[in-house]
Amino acid sequence: MRHLEQELVALRQDVIDMWKLVISQVSNSGEAILSFNKEMAQKVAMREKKVDAYELKIDSECENIIALYQPVAVDLRFLLAVLKINSNLERIGDFAYGISRVLISNPTVILDAELIMDTNLRVMVEHVNKMLLQGLDAFENEQPDLASAIFSEDFQVDEINKNATQLFADYIQKSPDRAFDCLQLFSTFRRLERIGDHCSNIAEEIFFYIDAKVLKHSEKL
Amino acid sequence: MNQNIIQINQPILSIQNLSVAYDKDKLAVKDVTAGIKKNAITAIMGPSGCGKTTLLRAINRMHELYPNITTTGQIKLYDENIYDMSTIKLRRKVGMVFQRPNPFPTLSIYDNVIAGYKLNGIRLKRSERDEVVETSLRNVALWEEVKNSLHKKGNFLSGGQQQRLCIARALAFKPEVILLDEPTSALDPIATAKIEDLLIDLKESYTIVLVTHNMSQAARISDNAMYMYLGELIEYDETTRIFTNPQNVSTQNYITGRFG
Repeated sequence: MRHLEQELVALRQDVIDMWKLVISQVSNSGEAILSFNKEMAQKVAMREKKVDAYELKIDSECENIIALYQPVAVDLRFLLAVLKINSNLERIGDFAYGISRVLISNPTVILDAELIMDTNLRVMVEHVNKMLLQGLDAFENEQPDLASAIFSEDFQVDEINKNATQLFADYIQKSPDRAFDCLQLFSTFRRLERIGDHCSNIAEEIFFYIDAKVLKHSEKL
Repeated sequence: MNQNIIQINQPILSIQNLSVAYDKDKLAVKDVTAGIKKNAITAIMGPSGCGKTTLLRAINRMHELYPNITTTGQIKLYDENIYDMSTIKLRRKVGMVFQRPNPFPTLSIYDNVIAGYKLNGIRLKRSERDEVVETSLRNVALWEEVKNSLHKKGNFLSGGQQQRLCIARALAFKPEVILLDEPTSALDPIATAKIEDLLIDLKESYTIVLVTHNMSQAARISDNAMYMYLGELIEYDETTRIFTNPQNVSTQNYITGRFG
């Protein structure tokens, strides 16, 4: 195997490993909120540095490959896509950490189980978990078609977020004394919605890398 | 094989169904059809033996120097078939620069530049000769370096200077097209960079066709690029497209170093 190919194989494996770590971070932070599990939230917080370390490692690998091998065509598209996927995954990791911080930083916070159910938080968490898995599947198997499902999932995540906003507003009006706890929970929705957006960005990069198609800022559904 | 060949509007050169065979059964160039864009740099790439040098040489009929060669199809310079022109007229309009700098070792720098005129028996006035020499050397950014040693022999120059002298010699006839066959393969990176800058400047006034094994060079300086394999023109497209999204797998494998 040529040197460049060896470097690309190693880089791909690092991206996959980081992706799997981020998937578990998102899934654990969602589960921590849904089950009010502070221990699990602590676990997410502890592994956040590992996500950051992957980001630095992958950035550095890309820089070295570009400097040493001057890749072109599919190799260049792969590297450009990896650079962007890397920063999107790191941001997703940050959001998972942010979700876990709701439980860690506010030990007295009480999240209303009924509100969690009415606002469809569990469904939203399931959607973003699915999107991350679909992205990884598409990347590993080099099948952009698998990534196209992410765009419709993101639409559904946006819808849940939109509906929840109204429910939160109503809740605060009815129970103003619970406004702080309610806003803590609301921040989780905002973060999940942003995770959905980053998954869509990743799907666009997979299309660019494999099919050389630019889907940014275009209608996807 | 899936070919991707761009159409060039109002090409300066039109290569039409060109085939060249050194032996009866061995085609070096197979049925190539392509237009060459005026005032642009067109790179020809491909593995050794793919026919790129033969194609380049066919454009000023240098390939006819080989015995038993057969050529079919045609190449037009504007509307004129080059195979209906005299080779003297053709080579005035289509100059050639070779891989190794080859100034005439016994001639001075001055005489090297106007060698084409002398060899063709064209007499110029002293003032005209001086002007051709100065303009040609200025065009290759060599004038300032050699203006005080014009009557020294050309072979005291460095490799890069010698190659620029050879380009000046090709420019002296004010050609339409300059063909270059791996012009920097014998030069160091600094001399290579100078020649590349020079070629980019020269395309304002000339059309340049360049055979190169150096893909980074093709990517850096050419506007359009051809990829040839086993005598066939497989892909011909804008250079940015060839190096970001080639349409043919064979091109992709070659430029990414997976084959060739």
